[in-house]
Amino acid sequence: MAHDTHFEARSQVQQEYYRKENAAKMRSQVTQFAIMILLTLVAFASAVADFAPNFVKPFVLLLAGVQVVQQLYAFMHMEDKKAYHIGVISFFMWGGALIAFTFFLCFLTIIWW
Amino acid sequence: MDLNTKFTPQNWPEHAEQATMEGKNKFVGFWIFLSCEVVLFASLFATYLALKDSGPAGMDLAKYSTKALYELPLAFAMTMILLTSSLTSVYAMYHMKNFNFKGVQTWMGITVILGLCFLGLEIYEFYHYVHAGFGYRHSAFSSAFFTLVGTHGLHVIIGLVWISCLIFRNMKRGLNLYNAPKYFVASLYWHFIDVVWVFIFTVVYLMGVLG
Repeated sequence: MAHDTHFEARSQVQQEYYRKENAAKMRSQVTQFAIMILLTLVAFASAVADFAPNFVKPFVLLLAGVQVVQQLYAFMHMEDKKAYHIGVISFFMWGGALIAFTFFLCFLTIIWW
Repeated sequence: MDLNTKFTPQNWPEHAEQATMEGKNKFVGFWIFLSCEVVLFASLFATYLALKDSGPAGMDLAKYSTKALYELPLAFAMTMILLTSSLTSVYAMYHMKNFNFKGVQTWMGITVILGLCFLGLEIYEFYHYVHAGFGYRHSAFSSAFFTLVGTHGLHVIIGLVWISCLIFRNMKRGLNLYNAPKYFVASLYWHFIDVVWVFIFTVVYLMGVLG
């Protein structure tokens, strides 16, 4: 496939800045990872601890929700507003989540066994 | 520009995976595919929640219920392994940005090894359940459980085969605009596997042991 895009070489200074910027972004990714591990530990600990299930269940669900948003926006870069057609991507992902919610609603309320 | 053009760290584009029209299309197309996967897994999760602990009349709930079956230490180990493999694929993409092909291959390789460890534990878990009499046809609960967790396991297998193929096929090619989008979408897929697992360990295992 032919392309018209031309790639300009970075100067020495630009290249150093580019690498430093990438390293800084990677450090923030590692921080996100540390938060995920912490949330996972809290989730498992609260399930093992002798708390009321009615409290623990929504709590661990909330932690899972936070972790998923971290995965999507930090690790999978949905936060990058300049990414190609990011609006379409967000629309489909959140649309999928909305449809997913209707499944849960339906299977847990309207259907009974 | 030819897809096989040789690059240097200086002229390697910042978003190499989206530098060509093919890369851009792959990027958006793959995200749309992932949104469909969200719906697929939602249906399996909803089915599992509706059917858990249900089965034929007289099913021994003291032996075959979420509370009696699940073991948290195993689920915890699997979770840690899979979360770590998500970080290693982030490292691979970091090295891709810096045009360090060796780094990409190494971290993708570590991701595959961690994925294999995860898969091994999952197979052990299934084997253990089947030997305890909790097979696929045991009850509505068992079939919903195996379908949900098994579909995730199938995704892990597909991801492992996919990333391994990428590593071997591009061994001598080096990094270029032809394979950068391929590595990128494979890493997206691997993160998505982790997204699903976060819900599995929460909804199936943690909420399961709580009854």
